[in-house]
This record gives sequence, structure tokens and C-alpha cells, in this order.
Amino acid sequence: MTTGSRSPWRQPLALIGAAFVVLWVLVAVLAPVLAPYGPLDQIADKLLEPSAQHLFGTDQLGRDVLSRVIYGAQVSLPLAFLLVALSAVIGSVVGAVAGFFGGWVDGTLMRLADLVFAFPGIILAMAVAAALGPELRNAVLAVVVVSWPSYARLVRGLVMSARNSEYVAAGRLLGSSSIRTMVVDLRPNVAGPVLVMTALDVGNAVLLLSGLSFLGLGAQPPMAEWGSMVVSGMDYFDLWWLWLYPGLSILTVVLAFNFVGDTLRDALDPRTARALRG
Amino acid sequence: MSSAKPKSGTSGAGRRSARPGGVLLRFLARRLAAALLLCVGITLVAFTLTQLVPGDPAAANLGQQAIGDPAAVAAFRAKYGLDQPLPVQYLTYIGNVAQGNLGMSQQSHRPVAEDLAEFVPATIELALFAIVVSLVVGVALGVVAAVNRDRWPDQVLRVVSLGGVSMPTFWVALVAFYLLSFKFDLLPGTGRLDPVMSPPPYTTGFYSVDAALAGQWDVMWSALGHLVLPSMVLAVYTVGMLMRFSRASVLEILGNDYVRAARAKGLPERVVIVRHVLRPAMVAIITVAGVAFGSLLSGAVLVEKIFSWPGVGQYAYRSAVNLDLPGIMGVSIVVAAVYIIINLVVDLLYGVIDPRIRLS
Repeated sequence: MTTGSRSPWRQPLALIGAAFVVLWVLVAVLAPVLAPYGPLDQIADKLLEPSAQHLFGTDQLGRDVLSRVIYGAQVSLPLAFLLVALSAVIGSVVGAVAGFFGGWVDGTLMRLADLVFAFPGIILAMAVAAALGPELRNAVLAVVVVSWPSYARLVRGLVMSARNSEYVAAGRLLGSSSIRTMVVDLRPNVAGPVLVMTALDVGNAVLLLSGLSFLGLGAQPPMAEWGSMVVSGMDYFDLWWLWLYPGLSILTVVLAFNFVGDTLRDALDPRTARALRG
Repeated sequence: MSSAKPKSGTSGAGRRSARPGGVLLRFLARRLAAALLLCVGITLVAFTLTQLVPGDPAAANLGQQAIGDPAAVAAFRAKYGLDQPLPVQYLTYIGNVAQGNLGMSQQSHRPVAEDLAEFVPATIELALFAIVVSLVVGVALGVVAAVNRDRWPDQVLRVVSLGGVSMPTFWVALVAFYLLSFKFDLLPGTGRLDPVMSPPPYTTGFYSVDAALAGQWDVMWSALGHLVLPSMVLAVYTVGMLMRFSRASVLEILGNDYVRAARAKGLPERVVIVRHVLRPAMVAIITVAGVAFGSLLSGAVLVEKIFSWPGVGQYAYRSAVNLDLPGIMGVSIVVAAVYIIINLVVDLLYGVIDPRIRLS
């Protein structure tokens, strides 16, 4: 492979990204060990500046900001994975069915996807979250509602282009059922691009979900969620440590996933991959 | 891109010779019909969503005392048509929307359409400002990255663009506000104007334009000044997004034979890039600009809250929190309609930039 020699900078970026992803996952898993205090413990004076005692200061209820940021990883990371998995599965199934059967099935499903695309993401997510009630669980549902159509479009296109290939026709002639054809013959064509999309989508999911929490439509206080920490920190705008660190956590998580996803895309996209190989 | 080559050859060429003007008109008609259908679908989505609301709007809007009084509740429900069967409610709603009547806001006790006429231009003004900034900066940086492919400027810009799309907009807004307005007082912070000024006479709803039309130059400068910080914050995400796409589409075109030919005949690099590369690359970039506009509208919801910008995002937020059904429906419909119009414009621009598109 000449990929390495052609682009020595690409792999480091992916490595840095992957390292940060692993780091944050570890932080989430080891939160009880790493955090000096509990996320809800009111252990000190209110609104203390960052110091050796409280590295990120304390908030308006005297809670340790560092501990809350650490426990925040336990909220955002699992939810982001869950969100993306749900959207990818729902979207892929819908897209595969639409692409495989075509006709009115395709028409109906894709018009549905168009409808979701007609709204700017957060507006629809806001409407859904507001309609279902301001709760973290509903915000998760809202983000799934907004995210599945991208997968549906991608998978539909891939399935349609693979559907007419000869090995699919051969399989059908041998008596393979629709479902078997989709799972056995078509899935390998779809898996790679969907994987790249999920990697790039984790970042978006974190952003959208924390945005909803920021608007008060997701996680509710006193839960240690980064978006809602930022918004409650806004009430004490001049005390920067209340909102700087939770936001910085969101940024590093999203950036890490995007580093990985972007590199994966380059590697798996046939056009760029060909160009990379020279 | 790659799928275009086998298709456009045969059937497209055949039709082109038949009726060039008719084909363009048909293309437009089809796009317009699809857009209208989408608008109807949007009203359906907005209406369905409001039916999911578990809270009772009567309870949310009448006071503690009135809610115990069945007559008051019934009067409230009758006033807003909530006592009718659902399909009737929907048909009434669609009929009203078609006439520009979006209902009464239960929160401001004013027609939603009137409210939105005030709030929507504020957001559009902000988003237009941001999209212009994003296009100029994003495309320029994307070209720089593509031309310097795999050399250090490309690597640095790659991190910059990924950073742009990874930043939580509401947090960037806070950081920018804190540093540039609060700490160092370089730019005006919240609102659309200095507090001492009164808004210019309403013509377009864009304060900067209205003030200029009325000849109130100090108001215009204040309006422009207040636009800088929020639109810069909004542009962070879209710049990152447009950079990546511009780079990719420029790279794709740089590989073409005609670019090599242009270079071989000794044209200066600047001319090659601007005339032979950027123009065809714009087709892909314009598509993404349509999508980018949508993400600007999304970002506006978050940014408006921080900058107290009296836009549609603030209105949507307030309506959502107060279970103001007509308010939520109105915002969803208007914002989606704006988005559809933008994408229709994008479709039209395609036709202008790339004649082949008109025919497919």
C-alpha cells in the first residue's frame, strides 16, 4: 500500500481521534473512580473559582464542576451510540426495502424521507421533543426522527445499484427469497458506507442532543448533562468556568469522532481511495 | 457525478434537439409541484405533532382558577376550534394557512402570522449575512486546500474545517460573546440595535436595509454592527462544511483532461482555477449551500437565545415551552417553506450554472 507514504498526515489524525474516543469512553466507564465527588453532591461553597481543590471550580449549588463534567460522559456517550445505532438500523431497513422493491413502496417511503429533510434538523427535533414533553428520552426519539432519512437515502441508492447485478439475479433464480437476498447478497455492499456514515453521525448526534438539552427540551436539571450544564451556567455568564468546560467536552468528543469518521470516509470512498493510491 | 456520464448521453441529447425551452419549463413545473406537495406534507406533519402533545393547551393557557371552571374551558376550546373532530380541524387549518392565516398565538394573543412577520425577517437577515460570509470564506479556503493537496496548508485546513463542524454552536456563541463583547468590548453583543435606538420604519423587516431606505445611517450602522457577532458564530459550522465540499469538488475537477489542457497551453494558474475549475465546481457547492442554509436556520435557534436576537428561533423556543400549538405549527411551516424556497432557488441556479442539468 502506498497510502501511507502519500499522506503521512492522515493516519495521525485518525489516531488522535481514536485515542480521544477511547479516552472519553474510559472516562465514562471509570467516572466513579476518576471524579473527586459525586455529580449531585453539594460539597463546597457556591461559585468558587477554579483552584487546586476544585480544578474546574464549583457551580451555583456548590457542586464540583470537574466531577459533573466527568459524569457527563456517562450521559452523552451511551446515548450518542444508541441514537446512531437506532437511526442507522431504522434508516437502513427503510432504505433497503425502498430500493429493493421500488415502485409505490419506494415512492411512499422516500416522500416520507423528503418530508423530514424539508425541515431544518433542530426545528423538527424541537417540535417533536416539545410535543412529546421535555425529557431526555423524548429528545433521543426526536433526534432519531430527524436522523434516519440520511441512512435511508444512502442505503436505497446502494441497494438499487447492486440490485441489478448478475449475482443477485443468479441468487434469485436459485430461489433465494427477498429477505435472504437483501441480507446475504446486498448487505455487504451497504455495510461499509453505512459504517462511515455512523462514524460521522456520532458527532452530529452529540451536537443535536446537547443542543436540545441546551434549549431545555432534553436532559433536565439536576442531571449532569453537558448541554444543560452550559445553559444553567449562562445565568452566571461572567463566571466562565461554569459553561466553558462542559462545552469543551462536547467539542473534544465530537471532534474525535469526526477525525475518525473523516479518515474512514477517505479510505472507503472509492474515488478518494483511488486517488490516494495514485 | 459519476452516475451522470452514462445517462445524459443518449436520451438527453435526443430531447435537447426537440424543444429546448419546453424542457426547462417542464423542469421548473415539476420542481414547483414537488415543492407544493412538500408544503402540504409539512402542514400535515406540524398538525400531527401538535396532536401528540400530552399537555392540554387549555390547561397550559388558562390560569389555575379558570381551569376549574368548565364553562371557561369549553369557551377556550370553542374559541380555538379544539372541540371539532381532528380531520375537520386539519382541513380548517389548511384552508386558513392557504389564506395566510396561521391562527392566534395563545401566548402573545396576536395572530401568529403577524408575530412571524416580525420575527422571521430578523432570522433571515442573520442567516443571509452568515451564508454570504460562509460561502466566501468556505469556498476560498476549500480551493486553497485542494490546490495544496496533501501539503501542510491542506492538513491545517482539514483540521480547521473538522473543528468548525465539531463545535457546539451555542458554546461558540458564549465564548465569542464573552471574549469579544463582554471582556474586550470590541463588538456589540445582544439585540438587533443599540438600546437607545428605535427600529426603522418596516419595509423589508431587515433593520439594516430598512434603515438605509429611510436614510437613518446611524441606525443602519448599529444594525450592521449587531449582525457581526451572531453571524460570525453561525458561520463557524457552515464554513467548515463548505470547505470540505469545495475541496472535494475542486479536486474532482482538477483531475479532468481539460484542466490539464488549460495548463498546457500556458494559462496562468489563477485563470485555470477561477475559469476552468471553480465554475464547474460551483454546481456541487451550490447544492451544499442550500443544505448549509438549513443548518444556519437550525443554528439560529441556539444562537438567538444567547444574543437575545428576536428571531424565529426565539419564537419557536417560547412557543414550544408554552405548548402554544398555533405558534409551533406556524414556525414549522414558515421555516420549512423558507427552506423549500431556498432549495428551489438552488435548483434554478443549477440550470444557470450547468446547462446539462436542465435536461435531465
